[in-house]
Amino acid sequence: MSQAIQVRGLEKSYKDLKVLKGVDFEVAPGSIFALLGSNGAGKTTVVKILSTLLRADAGSAGVNGFDVARQPADVRNSISLTGQFAAVDEILTGRENLVLVARLRHLKDAGTIADDLLARFSLTDAGGRKVATYSGGMRRRLDIAMSLIGSPPIIFLDEPTTGLDPQARIEVWAAVRELAAQGTTVLLTTQYLDEAEQLADRIAILHEGKIIVTGTLAELKQLLPPAKVEYVEKQPTLEDVFLTLVGTKDQK
Amino acid sequence: MTDIFTLTGRSLRHISRSPDTIITTCVTPVMFMLLFVYVLGGAIQTGSASYVNYLLPGILLITVASGIAYTAFRLFMDMQNGIFERFQSMPIARSSVLWAHVLTSLVANMISLVVVVLVALLMGFRSSAGLASWLAVAGILILFTLALTWLAVIPGLTAKTIDGASAFSYPLIFLPFISSAFVPTDSMPGPVRAFAENQPVTSIANALRNLFTEQPVGDDIWIALAWCVGILVVTYFFAMSTYRRKIS
Ligand SMILES: Nc1ncnc2c1ncn2[C@@H]1O[C@H](COP(=O)(O)OP(=O)(O)OP(=O)(O)O)[C@@H](O)[C@H]1O
Ligand SMILES: [Mg+2]
Repeated sequence: MSQAIQVRGLEKSYKDLKVLKGVDFEVAPGSIFALLGSNGAGKTTVVKILSTLLRADAGSAGVNGFDVARQPADVRNSISLTGQFAAVDEILTGRENLVLVARLRHLKDAGTIADDLLARFSLTDAGGRKVATYSGGMRRRLDIAMSLIGSPPIIFLDEPTTGLDPQARIEVWAAVRELAAQGTTVLLTTQYLDEAEQLADRIAILHEGKIIVTGTLAELKQLLPPAKVEYVEKQPTLEDVFLTLVGTKDQK
Repeated sequence: MTDIFTLTGRSLRHISRSPDTIITTCVTPVMFMLLFVYVLGGAIQTGSASYVNYLLPGILLITVASGIAYTAFRLFMDMQNGIFERFQSMPIARSSVLWAHVLTSLVANMISLVVVVLVALLMGFRSSAGLASWLAVAGILILFTLALTWLAVIPGLTAKTIDGASAFSYPLIFLPFISSAFVPTDSMPGPVRAFAENQPVTSIANALRNLFTEQPVGDDIWIALAWCVGILVVTYFFAMSTYRRKIS
């Protein structure tokens, strides 16, 4: 297997609502892949299927060479998930949260691992406090730190910077870049086009249940009709590409 | 296995950070005990020397019934929180989370039971039971707690709201009132008496009472054990299949 993540013809419905109608994409090892889509596009659904929390109705998905439906335990051994909503224990302290995950991953020196991560995510001072007292940004940083424990080869980040202030966003971006530099494959979902633009090696746009386009930022920019480029003075942003491709509703 | 203990440690830490859950669990049974012993007890004929001695077994069962409401509550809260999905996406056995809640429930209920027994001792409860009888009492209470814990797991997994998750325990708390726990059943009218004599609380309460007073336990203990094991087996399988459906 050459791809870290391989998704073919993925379909998923909730009752009558068809959310995924044949999603295909591939993610190369060690790259950062951004799955872009508006609210309700199905990004979280894709991430849940890839992290074995949900079963697909049809299609197949491979993660680190393992099939999510047939080898879920191997998949779980290869991944780490940071879900859309912070998956932290509010009653424990930040440090206790990290120690808990390190223990569940059967790592030695859980305490040392926790202290290192607290320092890396500027949480050392808050480490002994209950997470319930943390701000949204601190909680998110702790959440991501918990996902790094055990250095799994593939990390899923579902809207990692939603609700963060610009400073915290930049910190998270730096952490993601560092991960990729160490060879970790990162699949992140986002509604922020500039986030995909800043971070991702490749971008896929999920719209109405399908991936309507995938490519590098440069490739996506070429999809804009050249005529339009002549009228606008600045380079088209990914936002322009996105809105052109999905067709904004308010224009109708 | 180590994962279950790690996760149980986490839940127990939750309890130690909010010990009010233990206190709240004990308040209802202790109130009943005060009410019955000091207000109503004088008018109740049990044929036993001290009413608190007669009453305690039923009070202990009420303690467990009110304690498991928190089991359902803790499980429900965990399922709502993203941390549940984190555990499910990690390389640990998926049932560990559930087992950790069950063990936590057992520990929390044992603490509540000890507190209630201590209050009863202050109120004049005395037992002639030897070590073997006390062990038998503990065994029955553990079995009873496990049976009700697995029952509590079901609403904990399926409830839509917090209130729904713990509401199931109210009927359980009142079941002892239609049993031999507070008054001997022979004072009850026909159909009520038939129900009272054949529901699990009566045999369990009688068995505990006989153990406390070193009386021969007779058939009651076997009926009590059969009820506990029966409820345990049924609720365990039902809860497990609910859990599997929930996480797949
Ligand atoms: N458990 C569920 N039951 C029913 N419908 C669901 C369920 N989960 C998601 N949906 C629906 O499926 C669609 C896709 O949801 P999903 O959470 O995957 O979108 P998303 O792209 O992550 O959106 P957002 O940007 O808001 O996080 C939405 O219309 C949502 O209402
Ligand atoms: Mg989402």
